[in-house]
Amino acid sequence: MALRHFGTAAAVALAVGLGASPALAVTEIQWWHAMTGANNDVIVKLANDFNAAQSDYKVIPTYKGNYADTMNAGIAAFRAGNAPHIMQVFEVGTATMMAATGAVKPVYKLMADAGEKFDPKIYLPAITGYYSTSKGEMLSFPFNSSSTVMWVNLDELKKANVEIPKTWPETFEAAKKLKAAGHDTCGFSGSWVTWVNLEQLSAWHNVPLASKANGLDGFDTVLEFNGPLQVKHLENLVELQKTKVYDYAGRTNTGEGRFTSGECPIYLTSSAFFGNVKAQAKFNFTAVPMPYYPDAKGAPQNSIIGGASLWVMGGKPAEEYKGVAKFLTFLSDTDRQVYIHKASGYLPITKAAYEKAKAEGFYKDQPYLETPLLELTNKEPTENSRGLRLGNMVQLRDVWSEEIEQALAGKKTAKQALDAAVERGNTMLRQFEKTAVK
Amino acid sequence: MQKQAIFQSKLLPYALVAPQLAIVLIFFYWPALQAVIQSFLLQDAFGLSTTFVWFDNYIELLKDRAYFEAIVRTFFFSFAIAVSSLSFALLLAVMADKPLRGSTLYRTLLIWPYAVAPPVVGVLWIFMLHPSLGVLSRYLRALGVDWNPLLDGDQAAALIIFAAAWKQISYNFLFFLAGLQSIPRSVLEAAAIDGARPMRRFWTVTFPLLSPTIFFLLVVNIVYAFFDTFGIIDTMTRGGPGTSTVTLVYKVYSDGLLGGNLGSSAAQSVILMIMVIVLTGIQFRFVERKVTY
Repeated sequence: MALRHFGTAAAVALAVGLGASPALAVTEIQWWHAMTGANNDVIVKLANDFNAAQSDYKVIPTYKGNYADTMNAGIAAFRAGNAPHIMQVFEVGTATMMAATGAVKPVYKLMADAGEKFDPKIYLPAITGYYSTSKGEMLSFPFNSSSTVMWVNLDELKKANVEIPKTWPETFEAAKKLKAAGHDTCGFSGSWVTWVNLEQLSAWHNVPLASKANGLDGFDTVLEFNGPLQVKHLENLVELQKTKVYDYAGRTNTGEGRFTSGECPIYLTSSAFFGNVKAQAKFNFTAVPMPYYPDAKGAPQNSIIGGASLWVMGGKPAEEYKGVAKFLTFLSDTDRQVYIHKASGYLPITKAAYEKAKAEGFYKDQPYLETPLLELTNKEPTENSRGLRLGNMVQLRDVWSEEIEQALAGKKTAKQALDAAVERGNTMLRQFEKTAVK
Repeated sequence: MQKQAIFQSKLLPYALVAPQLAIVLIFFYWPALQAVIQSFLLQDAFGLSTTFVWFDNYIELLKDRAYFEAIVRTFFFSFAIAVSSLSFALLLAVMADKPLRGSTLYRTLLIWPYAVAPPVVGVLWIFMLHPSLGVLSRYLRALGVDWNPLLDGDQAAALIIFAAAWKQISYNFLFFLAGLQSIPRSVLEAAAIDGARPMRRFWTVTFPLLSPTIFFLLVVNIVYAFFDTFGIIDTMTRGGPGTSTVTLVYKVYSDGLLGGNLGSSAAQSVILMIMVIVLTGIQFRFVERKVTY
């Protein structure tokens, strides 16, 4: 409280001191984001284009650090009473944002209130499903989406005389051959260990990660990923870790250099890794769909997305919301989506933009950029593959990683580790449920 | 009499200390009080719903076995960091104190690491010791060491201790060097004339005369190890593998900032605060007796 007033006082003093507070002819819209490098340029260009296209509103993008930083900055700003209008929140923050009724303004409501034309059907359901209620109401606006793909070093596979694997058993065999051919520290590996080996694995094989449609249907969800499929998969990884046919590369994406350096010829991570691969890899590469277990019924199903969406914060005047709504309409434009897709490597979010990129022959030279889309739209999403919505997801992932690491280090069996991950995760979910606004 | 002559008004002295007092109150006591209040609440990240839960946050912590493991680990880490950085710094300072050619350059170089922020230290060491990216890891592997701190908890712990101690060495070095240079040469010369060898001179003359510096640094290093190492842990291991590098302060950070569990995080920071107060109290009560000023 004291600090808040201090901040206001300082701001007022500063404004008075500068004596430069021009009459605001345009309504300003603050947009906090976490994009760096080429993606930051995309954001700046989008804001500039929007500002140039009309004169009533001015979108001001501000970089606020990485995803977690941006979200924390937004939450802190909200608590201090000056949240931005638009906040970019990564997919794992979805449940936290959703639970904050009153702190956010759902996109479907925003568009209706502002009288903006809005048809949720023009967006790719595989993407919007993640950010919508079970009734199909869009809560946040998808911005940058990606999915898990398997990156393959074509040169090394050729050298070792290995075909691109399609299933997990084939992947294990390929990795063994690659190890025999000289890749003795890493046959295959991957980033984001829980995203790839628990979350995506479950969706891709149409088995639940948690009850209540993976949390989409309510916060009283219970984790269920200690089933036979997930246990078997982790057992396989543990076994292969012993000989480094599989080699664990950390919880986040710090191990991605192992692919671009040529150490690991097969690497599972986000499709958004594209920019780095293109810039650093000195070999022929491609990205193919995630492997699956052929004996699992219905596999492969469809993958789920990663990346971030734009949340509109609550408690702002209607006039400002009108500008936000106009901006979201502006972003939905087909040409603009094609531009974002091409410039950033993230997925287009509307069906029309996807069709247009395809018609332009964009995927002919770069088929791997279509791979995540083909995975996401592989089949009609089910309860188990629509998305995830678990509270405290950032920390949940850390706890799951801890247990997986114990298994890979041989301190626990795969089953023990996953049971413990489920149990510890459930405790955290109950904690989250207690604080979530009903 | 003279006092009254200086301060005519009774209010003036209070007015003069007021700014300092205000700063201490606003920036130290107010946040500490906030933490205590927060530790009795259960609140969502946005602060939209708040429930007063008495000591629930503390009880949950005491029921959690992982929390006790973190306490033990933190004490071990702090001890290891303090001892290794203090002894290394002392060794370097003793060597830099000798009349050497280019000693100014040598000293300056030794002070540099202190200017590096903890997360940067983490990144720096990762570049050297990351299992696949690291330059040093390659040599370790060549020596036959199965170096993999991503899965081996002991190696990860060693890495954190090493990086944290390394960063603190410069700070300790600076104080040790100043301490060494303030030791009167005549005392050492007298000892030398009496026939005391360098090692004996060090342990009987230099070391006792350095004891106030050592004591001060011991307190500072323990506080550093307790509070300032989470940046290193976050960039290097994020608490892993397993929970083998989760210390108390990292748990405060990850539960509160990453997990949005402010109540538990606040309770943890209150416990941490009490622990450091007690620890510092013990140091001043018992260790300080051995210090000769």
